[in-house]
Amino acid sequence: MIVTFDIIILIFLVVAAIIALSVKDLLAAAMVFSIYGFLICLLWAEMGAVDVAFTEATVGAGVSTVLIVATVLNTRRRSSD
Amino acid sequence: MKAKIFASLSVLITGAILLYAVTDFPDFGDPGSPPNAGVPGGAPSASRYYLENTYRDTKVPNVVTAVLADYRGYDTMFETVVILTAGIAIFAILRVLRRDDAPAAPDPDPARTDHTIDGDHHRIIVGTTCRIAAPLIQIFALYVVAHGHYSPGGGFQGGVMLGASFILLALSGSLRETLTRFSESDYMRMAFIGIVIYAGLGLLPMWVGRNFLDYGALSGLFMTKGEEMARSHSMLGVEIGVAVTVMSIMFAMFANLSTRGRLRGGL
Repeated sequence: MIVTFDIIILIFLVVAAIIALSVKDLLAAAMVFSIYGFLICLLWAEMGAVDVAFTEATVGAGVSTVLIVATVLNTRRRSSD
Repeated sequence: MKAKIFASLSVLITGAILLYAVTDFPDFGDPGSPPNAGVPGGAPSASRYYLENTYRDTKVPNVVTAVLADYRGYDTMFETVVILTAGIAIFAILRVLRRDDAPAAPDPDPARTDHTIDGDHHRIIVGTTCRIAAPLIQIFALYVVAHGHYSPGGGFQGGVMLGASFILLALSGSLRETLTRFSESDYMRMAFIGIVIYAGLGLLPMWVGRNFLDYGALSGLFMTKGEEMARSHSMLGVEIGVAVTVMSIMFAMFANLSTRGRLRGGL
């Protein structure tokens, strides 16, 4: 467990989460959410939970983003609030 | 506006309470914490048992996979059932089974055209690249499934990668073409076959009077010397079942979500 690495990832994580919540374009939000998933994957790997990191990389950063994008393209692209 | 203030206040308060609770947690990797040392005068430590005995019991070096697929086999089986249920739910909600000739996805948003790639020359480059990449992804996914008990990986990850390779083909080429290779009846059938593989491997030990999912009894079936290798082989079988289900359901979700359940057109 490397503390500086941890802090950098956690800062990026919070920034990515805030951007994903605040951005109006839902397609952009989906991509930022993918970045969020990948950062969590890095965090798992850094803490030694490689199996969980692998799952997060495939499911969280990979397929779920595709599913969200597919849904966004079939609804409206802009968030209403 | 009032609702927004209320929502952020409740989020802040919940977050503060959670952060306060975290201070009571043992440190990261603390050998004296209850999961590592057990409760004094009470239950012994489960994680120590797994770390010390997994290789002796199952001949599987990856403790995580051994815990998931063997010691906690019930959990993983019903996790797979949960994924199957999610796929069936998406099928039940989205799938349009009547034959209508209405346009697949009437689009209310005029800004949509700026992110659809049109033109055949784009399709050729992207399609060819993805057609070359898909088999490589599938081979790596098979390695992840088959090597899951020696290195990180396993059924869920490999299954998602297999499903992702089909999604890639459907995204880059056409969904119709991909559906001719992996049709709806195929993937729905395979989703159930995966569960049947898992539960069937669990039921086989009951044939000789052992417990459900007690793979050690299968040493005669796999013709291994001891019960340890039988457990190792059974874990591979179970992972294959999980991978088949997850692959099918991932592709089913994508196919239904991207076409509003009509399985025509695509993104």
